[in-house]
Amino acid sequence: MTRDAAHLLPSAEPVTLIDPDGHPVPQVGHSMPDPQALVRAYAALITARRFNDQANALVRQGRLAVYPSSHGQEACQVACVQVLGDGDWLFPTYRDTAAIVTRGVDPVQALTLLRGDWHSGYDPLQTRVAPQATPLATHLLHAVGVAHAARLRGEDTVVMAVCGDGATSEGDFHEALNFAAVFRTPVVFLVQNNEYAISVPLARQTAAPSLAHKGIGYGVKGERVDGNDVAALLRVLGDAVDRARAGEGPQLVEAHTYRVQAHTNADDPGRYRSEDEVAPWLGRDPLVRLEAYLGITKLINETDRSRFVEHAEALAARMREGLGEEPVADYRELFAYVYAEPTPQLREQQSMVADEMAREGTA
Amino acid sequence: MTEKLTMANALNRALRDALRADDTVMVFGEDVGPLGGVFRITDGLTAEFGDQRCFDTPLAESGILGMAIGMAMNGLRPVVEMQFDAFAYPAFEQLVSHAAKMRNRTRGKVGVPLVIRVPYAGGVGGVEHHCDSSEAYYAHTPGLHVVAPATPEDAYGLLRRAIESPDPVVFLEPKKLYFSRAEADLSKPVPPIGRAVVRREGTDATLIAYGPAVPVALEAAEAAAQEGRSLQVVDLRSIVPFDDETVCAAVRSTGRAVVIAEAAGFASVSSEVVARVTERCFHSLAAPIRRVTGFDIPYPPPKLEHVQLPSVDRVLDVVDELQWEYA
Ligand SMILES: Cc1ncc(C[n+]2csc(CCOP(=O)(O)OP(=O)(O)O)c2C)c(N)n1
Repeated sequence: MTRDAAHLLPSAEPVTLIDPDGHPVPQVGHSMPDPQALVRAYAALITARRFNDQANALVRQGRLAVYPSSHGQEACQVACVQVLGDGDWLFPTYRDTAAIVTRGVDPVQALTLLRGDWHSGYDPLQTRVAPQATPLATHLLHAVGVAHAARLRGEDTVVMAVCGDGATSEGDFHEALNFAAVFRTPVVFLVQNNEYAISVPLARQTAAPSLAHKGIGYGVKGERVDGNDVAALLRVLGDAVDRARAGEGPQLVEAHTYRVQAHTNADDPGRYRSEDEVAPWLGRDPLVRLEAYLGITKLINETDRSRFVEHAEALAARMREGLGEEPVADYRELFAYVYAEPTPQLREQQSMVADEMAREGTA
Repeated sequence: MTEKLTMANALNRALRDALRADDTVMVFGEDVGPLGGVFRITDGLTAEFGDQRCFDTPLAESGILGMAIGMAMNGLRPVVEMQFDAFAYPAFEQLVSHAAKMRNRTRGKVGVPLVIRVPYAGGVGGVEHHCDSSEAYYAHTPGLHVVAPATPEDAYGLLRRAIESPDPVVFLEPKKLYFSRAEADLSKPVPPIGRAVVRREGTDATLIAYGPAVPVALEAAEAAAQEGRSLQVVDLRSIVPFDDETVCAAVRSTGRAVVIAEAAGFASVSSEVVARVTERCFHSLAAPIRRVTGFDIPYPPPKLEHVQLPSVDRVLDVVDELQWEYA
């Protein structure tokens, strides 16, 4: 049996609703999100940008061990969260801390991992944000499992599972798409194609026409969207979430964006790309673009803008304050959370450390 | 009330009773649905519980375990089958990086109560990749429980306990013992995972074994008895957590010990047992603790597997070398 495949194919060009100068681009089949959603996204973009800047600064001050910045990708970070309901789940990668903050997680908690304090700083069950995944693509399968469990329990939860272009080469990416499709689980896979996996460009990752085309082999609908256009992202991701919730199965969305900064502060992008390549992307900044549109359409005024900036500044202040002091680490935690009940061996090892500390007077 | 049944029957009953007792239990994997698994351990479960509770997945081990982790994160208790020991390796990253670490990563907020059933070890004439003893990989990973039953009764009880466990359990099913029959009382309360048991009393030396090596140890003890030597047999049942107490008490009572395991000996569970017991019981030992293990080679082809497997003769030879001249 063969099934009609055409409807699974992404559009020839990424969907764009606002051009880089802030002018609306009419699109057949994709309407502009409503104005409040755009204003909300604008406020969140300002916060996300401020979050990235502040986190970079905290790395320079030695307050964070490392920070994989999502500067330039904030439209994806904001949109993938704003299309979710409270009961939905977000499965982020190490680069998606701004998305976690957009979800409402306290920024200091969101940075616990990168600060080197503890692995997941927030309660995943309470926030419905999975721990940030460092191994590539493995978390996409957990997303499928969470969504499948939700469906078996009769909940209409949708799971947003995020990964990068490099991660699409991993076996688990394929297994996740396939499992999700076979079981029709409500997962929206968002690939943030930022053109690089550390130093390796997209051309070395795939020979496919686009990453969204990968869906067709699994029977998953693929869509391509301009990853620097928050309006297009809200529309495309929002529709994908709606379809997943309506029982149409998983959806694959490839957002075309660019990693304008280094992979992390430990990376030297000068070794694999030129400044000339980066420059045009700076002209497609997601924040500037939406600001231009909102200016043209007069959806916000200067008072609104200052209010949003103020909110972002308060968040940055909270980050500086929360990360200003060394975290207090308790060695007992190391042994407490390996099993629900520590094994006799772990109890023994914990009391050994306690004795050592007592001898050294550090307990 | 005892009845005679195979380990395969006992495991099937354990799954059935767990599915009946708790709606959140789900069984899935490759061919576990209508076929009932290649060893028939899941026989009849889809028919009784429907294809949402016991179902076939696409053929992808990482996918099976990764999805199970997500389901466990969201309130279910998955019991997944890896078809054969060596085919569990594609799922290794999910097991080591995620199942084992989720509780720790989330500071105790998110546990993953799941069971990974692995038909394991040799002695069944399987071709390559069907006979690995992979326990050391799992036992080396903090965050996992590792269990290997040797009797139908233990298989039932330990699997029920594993399914109830709030943490991930690697449940190793000795293929060689699937179809051996024994008297079992399934209504008997089972001790929690982590308790060893003395299977045979003896006074001269202690044989320590688990999984498929337990019958070998018992047979060796029987043979030794004919020659006037009294061997005690300890069945570990659980590798992680490890029951230092029972094992050390047994070794102290005899002063001599041999560890028997099918897996290659180098950097293995058997080496761990020797190290632990030596550290704790050195002054009670009349001889170095010895081991009878598989050689440090890839599992041999069927015609040669008898060379690899610890035999009763090898066990008795090593027992003979336990420096009996020193009382
Ligand atoms: C399984 C695995 N292999 C290698 C790495 C090391 N690594 C970390 S990030 C990265 C590149 C990932 O690129 P991509 O998926 O495009 O995401 P991006 O960093 O661009 O957001 C690599 C190779 C890893 N984290 N996990």
